[in-house]
Amino acid sequence: MEILNKIFIAPFADMVAAPDFLMQVLWEGLVSGVLYALIALGFVLIYRSSRIFNFAQGIMVVFAALTLVGLHEMGVPAWISVALTLAVMFGLAVTIERVVLRPLVGQPDLILFMATIGITLFLIGLGEIVFGGANKVMITSELGIPTGDLVLEPFGGLLILQHIDITAVIVAALLVIALLLFLNRTRMGRAIRALGDDHQAALSVGISLQTVWVLVWFIAGIIALVTGIAWGSRAGVSFALEVIAYKALPVLMLGGLESITGAIIGGLMIGMLEKMFEIYWGGPLLGGNTESWFAYVLALVVLLFRPQGLFGEKIIERV
Amino acid sequence: MLYRTAGQYKTTYRADQGLFPIKQDAFLLGLILVFAWVVFPFTATEFTFQTLLTPILIYSLAALGLNILTGYAGQLSLGTGAFMGVGAYACYKLVTLMPWMNPIIAILLSGVFSAGVGVAFGIPSLRIKGFYLAIATLAAQFFLVWLFEKWSWLYNDNASGAIQVPNLEIFGIYVSGPQAASVTQYYLVLAIVTLLTWVTINLTRGNLGRTWKATRDMDIAAELIGINLMRSKLTAFAISSYIVGVSGALFVFMWRGAAEPNLFDIPLSFRVLFIAIIGGLGSILGNYLGAILIVGLPVLLGTLPSALGIQVESALIEHLNTMIVGSLIIFFLIIEPHGLAQLWRLIREKLIIWPFPH
Repeated sequence: MEILNKIFIAPFADMVAAPDFLMQVLWEGLVSGVLYALIALGFVLIYRSSRIFNFAQGIMVVFAALTLVGLHEMGVPAWISVALTLAVMFGLAVTIERVVLRPLVGQPDLILFMATIGITLFLIGLGEIVFGGANKVMITSELGIPTGDLVLEPFGGLLILQHIDITAVIVAALLVIALLLFLNRTRMGRAIRALGDDHQAALSVGISLQTVWVLVWFIAGIIALVTGIAWGSRAGVSFALEVIAYKALPVLMLGGLESITGAIIGGLMIGMLEKMFEIYWGGPLLGGNTESWFAYVLALVVLLFRPQGLFGEKIIERV
Repeated sequence: MLYRTAGQYKTTYRADQGLFPIKQDAFLLGLILVFAWVVFPFTATEFTFQTLLTPILIYSLAALGLNILTGYAGQLSLGTGAFMGVGAYACYKLVTLMPWMNPIIAILLSGVFSAGVGVAFGIPSLRIKGFYLAIATLAAQFFLVWLFEKWSWLYNDNASGAIQVPNLEIFGIYVSGPQAASVTQYYLVLAIVTLLTWVTINLTRGNLGRTWKATRDMDIAAELIGINLMRSKLTAFAISSYIVGVSGALFVFMWRGAAEPNLFDIPLSFRVLFIAIIGGLGSILGNYLGAILIVGLPVLLGTLPSALGIQVESALIEHLNTMIVGSLIIFFLIIEPHGLAQLWRLIREKLIIWPFPH
């Protein structure tokens, strides 16, 4: 009975008893969820346009953040380093397309996936050599991001929202809107979607595979930079940030590999649910640190009922 | 010349389907076995045993297990490291709960536990396919590593949270723990690897192997011709996890000597996956070639600067290593996506017709 009480009654009683704490937990979850969603978005874009499961997205976040901080440490003004970092990410996109992807066009998905793991290892080594493995501080105030707290008092309790997190949520929302507009309203965006629908048909109407791939990887680079700034200002910039990539994978499973909506909704869901599970169930019952696997198990359960994720394209198989 | 097939006639279908269609192949394998069983143990130094011979064998065994699942049955798995962990922890519990048990039996039994866990995590494969399944196997990876850390019964409530390999002996000779000699451990690993390789070769050539290959090539078509997909996929998960589990037990007991939960984290899974893919999916030989490359290369790169008389910081070497391994993976994928085994196959074809072009 004791265990049933701990599973089914006590957590909910806690939630009702301290609604301000629940809101704090949800807010924390929402912020990480937004960042998961951003990373997942990078994955989805690349997957849709080239069927490449880009494992290097996580290390791109680290690499972008490290480049930004590294450039600033060398004395470059903050905003110019942002511009330079974007240039580096563009260079990276072009290099990856030229050196890795072009020779591997038409290979099985698994081979391309392995190639992105190769890219990951290469970038880890390069980043360690150029910037060193030490934990660095993100240049938050230099970029004009407000650092402070917004204290609210709902239900007579206390709710602390950090300005960094609020900025992250707003910027992420703007980025998603901009991305959706770009994909749906511009010529290039339509080309990307066309390539995702049918490679050969898109090629035959004159869409350049190379340009689109470079563009898509560059957009993934921009997303990586934004995520890197947001996540880095919370936890510092180091190679430990790479784990965020592992957080984005269950988001993809849950939302579906092809769906942008799925990435966003899946990210928010996982962010909030894993925080709630950790605080109310995982910590007291299982000894904590359940965040490392909760998202995967959740996604796995959903997948058993919907094998293509919540919003993925229905898998139709023909023999 | 060396691979001349002239005069080797086959008069029965049985002979045509034999394991060694050409005599030279059998000769080559015999040569390799002689080297592995006789020449290396007598010439190798302690350093070679510890950094090359034993780890290469253990990693090839792990890759062999993964290859059954990914290369033969077509189910991509990213959780190999965790299944190795299950084998290692199971073996540790077996030898500490039942100290009278023969270590070899304990190692071979520990695979049974990882096979059970493998089947449990393989059940989603009946509904989920491709990359979705790959990510689903990551669930096993993260959950199991978390479990190794939190479930203190697994490591006998050690304060350090790590498992320490005890001194074990067979017929008065130490085989594991600090007192064991490298050469004994090498022979034990070699015996188990040889045995399991022999079993695997026969399995993949038999009925079960053909069902796996049919499932890999197109599962719906396989189902239509009467293959029970559930049985085919789950046996693949079970046998693959068994071999991976045994390799995990060897990994800790015969090589590392101690293990913490994070040893079985994602990097290990990827390492084994690299070996299987660079070696060649769906091939037995490839696992060995891949392991030689992936295990041997860092050792080579580590000793190269001092051999050339250049002073380089060890941290820098390590990072350069990561970079070089990353680029080599891409390089090998570009020149031969089917792996080193395919490369050898092409060379062999060339050798057979050499010196004539056709």
